[in-house]
Formats: sequence, C-alpha cells, structure tokens
Amino acid sequence: MGGMSTAESFVLAIGTKKGLWLATSPDRKEWSLSGPHFLMSEVPSIGIDTRDGRTRILVGVRSEHWGPTVFHSDDLGVTWSEPEEGAIRFPEGTGAALERVWQIHPDADSRPGVVWAGCEPISVWKSTDGGEHFELNRGLWDHPHRTEWGAGYGGAAAHSIIVDPSGEKVHVAMSTGGVYRSLDGGTSWEPRNKGISAYFMPDPNPEFGQCVHKIAADAAVDGRLYAQNHHGVYRTDDDAENWESIAEGLPADFGFVMLTHPRRAGTAWVIPLKADGERIPPEGKLAVHRTDDAGRTWKRLDNGLPAVEFNAVLRDAACVDAAEPAGVYFGTRGGSVYASADEGEHFTEVASHLPDVLCVRASTVSAALVPGAVTSAALNA
Amino acid sequence: MADVSVVLPSVLQPLAGGQSVLTASADGALTVAGLLDTVTGDYPALSRRLRDETGAVRRFVNIYVNGNEIRRLQGLSTEVLPGQEVLIIQSVAGG
Repeated sequence: MGGMSTAESFVLAIGTKKGLWLATSPDRKEWSLSGPHFLMSEVPSIGIDTRDGRTRILVGVRSEHWGPTVFHSDDLGVTWSEPEEGAIRFPEGTGAALERVWQIHPDADSRPGVVWAGCEPISVWKSTDGGEHFELNRGLWDHPHRTEWGAGYGGAAAHSIIVDPSGEKVHVAMSTGGVYRSLDGGTSWEPRNKGISAYFMPDPNPEFGQCVHKIAADAAVDGRLYAQNHHGVYRTDDDAENWESIAEGLPADFGFVMLTHPRRAGTAWVIPLKADGERIPPEGKLAVHRTDDAGRTWKRLDNGLPAVEFNAVLRDAACVDAAEPAGVYFGTRGGSVYASADEGEHFTEVASHLPDVLCVRASTVSAALVPGAVTSAALNA
Repeated sequence: MADVSVVLPSVLQPLAGGQSVLTASADGALTVAGLLDTVTGDYPALSRRLRDETGAVRRFVNIYVNGNEIRRLQGLSTEVLPGQEVLIIQSVAGG
C-alpha cells in the first residue's frame, strides 16, 4: 500500500474552444488522452488544486448558448459538479452578468480553500470554500478607473492574479487596464504600470490603460514580477513600482505567455509572436524562449517542435508544473499540445488536431487517481 | 386551471430532472418571466442556462410563444395564456 500512496502521475488539463481534454502520464513523455468533456463548450480557465489532501480540477466553462459556469471534479474528471446557483454570480445592484471566467487560481498552500478567479467583465473574485462559491472583490469593481478600462480583441477581463505569501500583496493584470496592485489583501487597488508602453494610446505612457497580456511572479525573489505586454516584455524588482524592458535578445516582443519557474530565481519562459498585426510565430517557426538570468539573456528552445507552425499560443495556453525538473506545457490555436519534462529543452507532442487550445494546467497527482492507469505500484499492491 | 407547458431542448433536460416538459398551472395570463420563474424555481442550474443573473434571456436562447419568438413580441413581458405551449430552442450559432 505504501507504494500506491506515494506513486505519482502527471495530469495535463487542456481547455479548448470546444471542450476539455485530460492527458495523463507516468513520466511526462508518454501521454494518454481522454475527452472531450463539456463538448461544444469552451474552457478558457482551469485550476488544479492539490491542497487539503484532494485533487480538485476547477474549470471555467462557457457555452455560446447557455452561458458561463464553473464546474469542479475531485476524481480527475470521472464526475463533475457545479453549485446549483452558480459559483460566480454578479450581485444584484451591479447590473452586470458574468461573461467568461478567464482565470482560476488556487492560492498558497498556507491558505487551503482559497481560490481566486479573474473574469469578464473585468473583475476579481475570491472563494474560501475550494472554488464552490466566489465573492466579488468590491475594491476593484468599485474602482474609479473601471469605466475607462477597455476590451482587447478577446474581451475585457482580469486574467492574471498573483498573491504573495503573506496574502496582503496582490497583483492583478487586465486587458486593457494594465497592472493593479493591492497592499491590503485586495481591499484597495492602485495602478502600477510605470515603464510599460501603451503605444496604441495618445499618451503612450499612461498611468493605466496598458494591454498587459500576462504577468508572473519570480518564485524566489520578493518583489520581482515579469510581464508579457501587447508589445514589450518587462521585469520589475520593486513590486511593479517600475518596469524595465527585458525584450532584448528575443525575436519579437509581442506574445501572450509569461511563465515563471516554480522555485528557481530568475527563470521565466515566453513564446514570442511576430507582432500585433502578425500574430504568428516569427517566420512560422514556433519556439519557446527561456531566461535563467531574469531577462538579461534568452535561450531559444524548439527541440521537438514542428519545423513550420503558424498558429499562435494564447495567454493561458501555457503552464509549468511543480516537479523537478519543472515541466513546461503549451497548446496552439491549431490544437497541438506539447510537453517538456526538462524545462523546455525537449518537447514531445501530447495531442494534435484538437480545437483551439485556450488553457492548459498541469500537476502531479496520485497515480491511484488516474482512471484505468496501470502503474507498477498498482500492480504490486 | 389550465396548464402552461414549457418544452425544453434535449440538451437541457438533465438539468430538469430528465423532464422534457415543465408545466405551471395558470388561471390567467402569465408573463414569460413569471412562467420561467415558476418552472425553473426548483432547477436553478437550468434557470442560469436560460437567463443571466440580471434576468436577461441569454443572447442565443430563443423562446417561442404561440410560434413567435419573444424578442419580436414583448420580450419577457410577453403574455402566455392558459393552455399555450412555450418552446425553448437554442439558436443557430457557433462555428
């Protein structure tokens, strides 16, 4: 039995324009794919919550006909549940209705049960019951800037939520609006975009209004964040008081993805696209780029990726896991999904010809949870 | 009192305990809004599929009263008479 309880497997949840697929692997190289779940509904957000002794997959699901909702599964997708009244509902009086859940972010291990969500219309939500019921963050919703925030092509949403270990410092990024920071756990918010360009506005350096595509926190350096902007790649070392460009050495400064290492300082990944007007991998050659020195230098990583790929990778269609070495995963709008078990040095194809990939999330799970999986531990049990 | 029937598309029937038709008894005219409140009262997940939290009918949900889609009538205020049937049909949408 001891073997069973410790045997680990990997799960990669793939949210697409037309449903959710789950891939499992004992080694992050050979993958078994199951699905679709929620066929014909898009799945733009996934959170895998392994705290509190369970493995809960939370998914934001949106049907063109029947609207958005949040489902969760505690058995790796064998069964799904949704709260009858809905996990996320705008309160009466706001006059707003949920359009899409863009982000589901389980909080730190020290705060089990706390899950954050970022949504369209631009809003941040917090759950304290594992993602079954969320409460609207009023500080951000009532912010005087809200009427001036705009919509990017994909909609107006809060898409990145970063909470520091203390729980007091929270950074949110929205398109469009930029980065907002709270130092009181989300009660009050101020824009923090100094140094980030908004070339598409009359004043290219406004206080807010930037189209920040994704932000991620350095795992080991307090106050350090990275941002992939709508043109521009940036780092801050002072909790977003000042941002500086780290785009030099990249083939393009446009893109949607920003990933950071789960433990190591200075390591981040981006997936450049040529430009706003040409949202394709530069020259049709898809590559991940990694820095190990906080953006001073970048290394091109394309081992195992196709020679020709003209599809873009969206902001949440990439993730890392927490294993050692860290795994890197991403999916394209052409429905190909790739995994690396060695921080991007080598990729293998997990799936191809799926619908447009909107979101991927990966985690280590107990092998005993994997439906139908035959593991050496199970055989020996 | 005569019943008013609400006919559900098959994809929504699991959210109504497997029923294809929900009925409300009526001794006079009902509004579509009142009718939906009544028949989905026990099925909040079904209610959310039809209307958002402001009460608005979702964009690609079509509701027919006597063969006419309610957006061409009086919307959710459209009256439904005892004995009439209300059809809920998803519109042709998506790609």
